[in-house]
Amino acid sequence: MSTFARIITIFWKDILTELRAREVVTSVLVFSLLVVVIFSFAFSTRIDTAELVAPGILWAALTFGGVLGFNHTFAVEKENSRLEGLMLCPVDRAVIYWGKLAGSFTFTMVVAIIITPIFLALFNLPLFLPRLLLVIGLASLGFAAVGTLFSAVAINTRARDIMLPVLFLPVVVPVVVAAVRATAVVLADKSWSDMLTWLQIMIAFDIVYLVVSTLVFDFVVEE
Amino acid sequence: MSENARSPFSWAIEVQGLTKSFGYHPALRGIDLQVGRGERLVIFGPNGAGKTTLVKILSMLVRPSSGNVWLDGVNIRDKPAQVRRKIGLVGHQTFLYDNLTVYENLKFYSQMYGIANLEQRIQEVMSWMQLVDRRHDRVGTLSHGLQQRASLARAALHRPSIMLLDEPEAGLDPQASTVINDVMGNAGGDGLTVVMVTHNLERGLELGDSIVILNKGKVAYRASRHDIDTTLFRQVYNQCTETG
Amino acid sequence: MNGRRNLINNLLFGLGLALMIAALYMVFMYVPTEKSMGIVQRIFYFHVSLAWVSFLAFLVTFVFSICYLRKRLLKWDYIAHASAEVGVVFTTLVLITGPIWAKTAWGIWWTWDARLTTSLVLWLTYIAYLLVRGYATEPARGARFGAVVGIVGFIDVPIVFLTVNVWRTQHPTTIIFTDGITAPMLMTLVVCIAAFTVLYVLLTAQGAGLKSLETSIKRLKIRRTG
Repeated sequence: MSTFARIITIFWKDILTELRAREVVTSVLVFSLLVVVIFSFAFSTRIDTAELVAPGILWAALTFGGVLGFNHTFAVEKENSRLEGLMLCPVDRAVIYWGKLAGSFTFTMVVAIIITPIFLALFNLPLFLPRLLLVIGLASLGFAAVGTLFSAVAINTRARDIMLPVLFLPVVVPVVVAAVRATAVVLADKSWSDMLTWLQIMIAFDIVYLVVSTLVFDFVVEE
Repeated sequence: MSENARSPFSWAIEVQGLTKSFGYHPALRGIDLQVGRGERLVIFGPNGAGKTTLVKILSMLVRPSSGNVWLDGVNIRDKPAQVRRKIGLVGHQTFLYDNLTVYENLKFYSQMYGIANLEQRIQEVMSWMQLVDRRHDRVGTLSHGLQQRASLARAALHRPSIMLLDEPEAGLDPQASTVINDVMGNAGGDGLTVVMVTHNLERGLELGDSIVILNKGKVAYRASRHDIDTTLFRQVYNQCTETG
Repeated sequence: MNGRRNLINNLLFGLGLALMIAALYMVFMYVPTEKSMGIVQRIFYFHVSLAWVSFLAFLVTFVFSICYLRKRLLKWDYIAHASAEVGVVFTTLVLITGPIWAKTAWGIWWTWDARLTTSLVLWLTYIAYLLVRGYATEPARGARFGAVVGIVGFIDVPIVFLTVNVWRTQHPTTIIFTDGITAPMLMTLVVCIAAFTVLYVLLTAQGAGLKSLETSIKRLKIRRTG
């Protein structure tokens, strides 16, 4: 219980900081919207091609937006050496990982939940797609699991803004593929069974990376 | 005596053959040091002597390359969580969140340390550091001196038995310096052991029970206040700072 | 100790040289030309050997990264690092030889099939591995971060492969031989793989040795300048 309480403590601290500073969600939101707009021009999207390219555009926006957001996850703790303050606390290092993960997952979800309806409206697609929420949730969790870990790596490198995408993007390829395909199934209003494999891949990815990141996080933060 | 278990009448801090290198660069080259309970130890040394590395190892932020450290008789490799509870650290930076208020920062750290009666304890440390009127100010809006006091409050929250102060007086206002005096003065009485790193010779000599000069990752001089040979001390110190 | 290491090194070098000459002879002279694809199919022997060895290299990086994190012995890190370097070079060659062959075999330079895509993702991941080591603020940090990426990246391989496989169910099943694999072809492939494996071991051992020497020199320099 106390482990869980401390994860929530870190999580709540991040939420409170974000509510005050509004650094992550706003900037990621604007950036993701811009990606949507640019890609629409790049593919000279018309209504009749929308269903074909829309899933790809959505996930390109959310993936690149994610990178921007995860850059913040530990950059915040690097200022004022706050990470050292966290490391002094008598808690398992995994608690720090899960606390930060909870925050970055929430921010990713908030951005996705705001972006997706705007995006659907822009492409004249149906707005109410509850199944899409499941896809977004699973993909965001996978992104956050990897992003939180690599954020802690990137802050201790030079050129950290570049290091995070270079590390993050190849690893999340399976999530991007699965999310795009599952989104296509939802947009085409096909059955659950058509998207089952993609959901399974995302669930497997999430579990594997939550476990592995929990195990190796210690080695990232301990000098 | 075995490697791991020390008797209950142990030193507050015992360091044996401690080395640390960052890649190729050796920061500590074999440190042996004992600090008694309630002792106030002041560490001097030129830049790059390894002072901060030593403090970071004592506070378990950095792992030693080799050697052993016991805090209150517990080997730091064995029970990290237990040892972390004994340590309070005031570093070069405050570890506080600018967008949160003094109170919120202290509450965050109290919860992380799992402190019982945390409201009462927060109140106590805030009044000790004279921060009560500023409790709802965001830390980012406070002066450097006030921030450092908040940092001291943070370090004292969980009643550590060993307080590590790494150049706590850099840029402090006189009022905060009195707080340091207070911390140092209180040491011993309630069994608090203090290790302070400083560049300020006068202050250090005035506050410490014993002093150490670190140079190039080794202990270059060690004496207690009673038998300190001031000329020898100055000689060693000047030598270190010149060559360092 | 040093003498024995030299002896093993020389033996490996001799063996590698002999195998490489044999492999070259077999690929270009001995093995008959495959009927439907013609002369270009001979690149297949190198391509498959390189692909196998690069996978082996990343597996070695994975294993030694775990060892390094557990024991913090620098020699484990040297091996993991050197192996990843060789792996990146070999994967680069895989990604060059592959399209050359595919253009003639399938009429296209590239297809997003599971094997190709996984190789590409692996290549990108291990370039990130080398970058994170290079950009780390301290060499000790670089070693730790490298080890973490070496573990996290390698675990991705089966997931990427599986995902792309499902994604591209229509991928052209790799038709290598219209009439099945013949004995001389198999022999050639085996010798080729052996030659490249020995080359890999040699290069990794040399690379790891070099890193160890570099560290000693840097330490000596620091000791002399104080």
